[in-house]
Amino acid sequence: MRLVVDLNKCQGYAQCAFLAPDVFTMHGEESLVYNPRAGTEQREKVARAVAACPVQAITVEGLREASDAG
Amino acid sequence: MPGEEFHEWLRREGRIVIVGASLAGLTAAESLRAGGFAGSLTLIGDEPHEPYDRPPLSKAVLLGRASPEHTELPRRREIDAAWRLGVAATGLDMAAKRVRLADGEEVPYDRLLIATGVRARPWPKEEEARLDGVFVLRTRDDAVRLHRRMAAPPRRVFVVGAGFTGSEIASACRDRGIAVTVAERADGPLVGALGGVVGAVAAELHRDNGVDLRTGVMVTGLEGDTTGRVRAAHLSDGGVVETDVVVVSLGATRNTDWLAGSGLGAGPRGIACDAGCRAFDFRGIVTDDVFVAGDVARSPHPLFGYQFLSLEHWGNAVAQAEVAAHNMISASADRRPHLWVPAFWSSQFGVNIKSVGVPTMGEEIMITQGSLAERRFVGVYGHRGRVIAAVSFDNTRWLEFYQRQIETGAPFPVEYRTVDRRPEGRKPVPADFPDPSLPTHGPTVTLSGYSPADRRLVFTPARH
Repeated sequence: MRLVVDLNKCQGYAQCAFLAPDVFTMHGEESLVYNPRAGTEQREKVARAVAACPVQAITVEGLREASDAG
Repeated sequence: MPGEEFHEWLRREGRIVIVGASLAGLTAAESLRAGGFAGSLTLIGDEPHEPYDRPPLSKAVLLGRASPEHTELPRRREIDAAWRLGVAATGLDMAAKRVRLADGEEVPYDRLLIATGVRARPWPKEEEARLDGVFVLRTRDDAVRLHRRMAAPPRRVFVVGAGFTGSEIASACRDRGIAVTVAERADGPLVGALGGVVGAVAAELHRDNGVDLRTGVMVTGLEGDTTGRVRAAHLSDGGVVETDVVVVSLGATRNTDWLAGSGLGAGPRGIACDAGCRAFDFRGIVTDDVFVAGDVARSPHPLFGYQFLSLEHWGNAVAQAEVAAHNMISASADRRPHLWVPAFWSSQFGVNIKSVGVPTMGEEIMITQGSLAERRFVGVYGHRGRVIAAVSFDNTRWLEFYQRQIETGAPFPVEYRTVDRRPEGRKPVPADFPDPSLPTHGPTVTLSGYSPADRRLVFTPARH
């Protein structure tokens, strides 16, 4: 899965780092470091992170296939 | 009406060519399709890779938390485009409406979007730049090379220039326990972009994290050994720093060389365009079939004295590409202006640095929240009695508020009470930007052009 975070929007709520810690990590108090390429095994966690982001800053390609596949 | 008929035809079966296959080019392509463009779409890119994101290259990738080869941008929709990757555009014939490619082919267009961006400014002494171990960091290939060398790891990394990229590289080195020296011509890091008051905080950040920061010095030469590997950097104060990796972070140059002689208003400062992203020709007359977006564009902004802004900002590339795409397939009355308020971010030494507005226009700064000593603050920049920009260190949630202050031309100094206001924030102090006539690699916003008047104005941004 490819992903990008709009870091202009990101306000460091860290919901993503809590829900998908292998993809998103906080570097310091409010700075987000993320891996733009996440493995498919991360799909469910990334989907939760996308949904939980209070400012909707995360865009992912390849998430819909996940929900289609159940 | 003929105008409407033409645009209907264009949307149905026109030919749109986008030169530049990075963030702005891809965003424009997606926006064109989303806007109902059903004609033929060609994307031309000089790099052999599909569109990838650059900010992670100096952050997650250098920290070892992402692969330099896997920062491709997610696709928001199918764009059904003909891709010409790994082939640079070498010329433009505006009369014949054709783009010339490096392989000799010519691609005809009805509408053209230029989004060729910028490239890293190389070390000016060519022989030294060719030494093994001397790098720049802009493209994916740059990142792959630097990433490989950092894995070794080097005994010491030497960074030329303490702008945002240079500072992020230094930060990543320290995070990985690699010794690093940073040489900067100004009195501190980020001074060109944020001024001396904030630069002093950035300097402390570097030093507290173990960076050997040398300010007020120029790098006079890079020295290689007999095998052609870089061995040392020589400084204007007589200092010599032994190093095995040098990263040259001297800012960027706009990719407009290929437009020389085309008749377009393109030069080293970028391609001038109107607020609707239509390019000017060299006579200052606006074209109606050539559009520009992203780092290569410079466009007038009413909030900032109608000066032409060149922005090397991720968010600008997205916003301007969307506006350009819309305008390319819309009749005159339906077009939208690009009135994005500049905003950028940087992450270094665990601190989140963000900014809105145009700090370099600021004559004075006041710390309206938090404190410089704690490195957690908001600084507001004033320009002729109004708020023109704000910067935050680990205080991003307030920036939206300050953006509205900028948009409404709120008065400066800031009189109203703010949360967490300290005594040090009561009075503005000079923002301490370097003399703008001196060359600097620092700012990510470049102002150019003539400002006929500087009236206070109320600005209502477009909400589409």
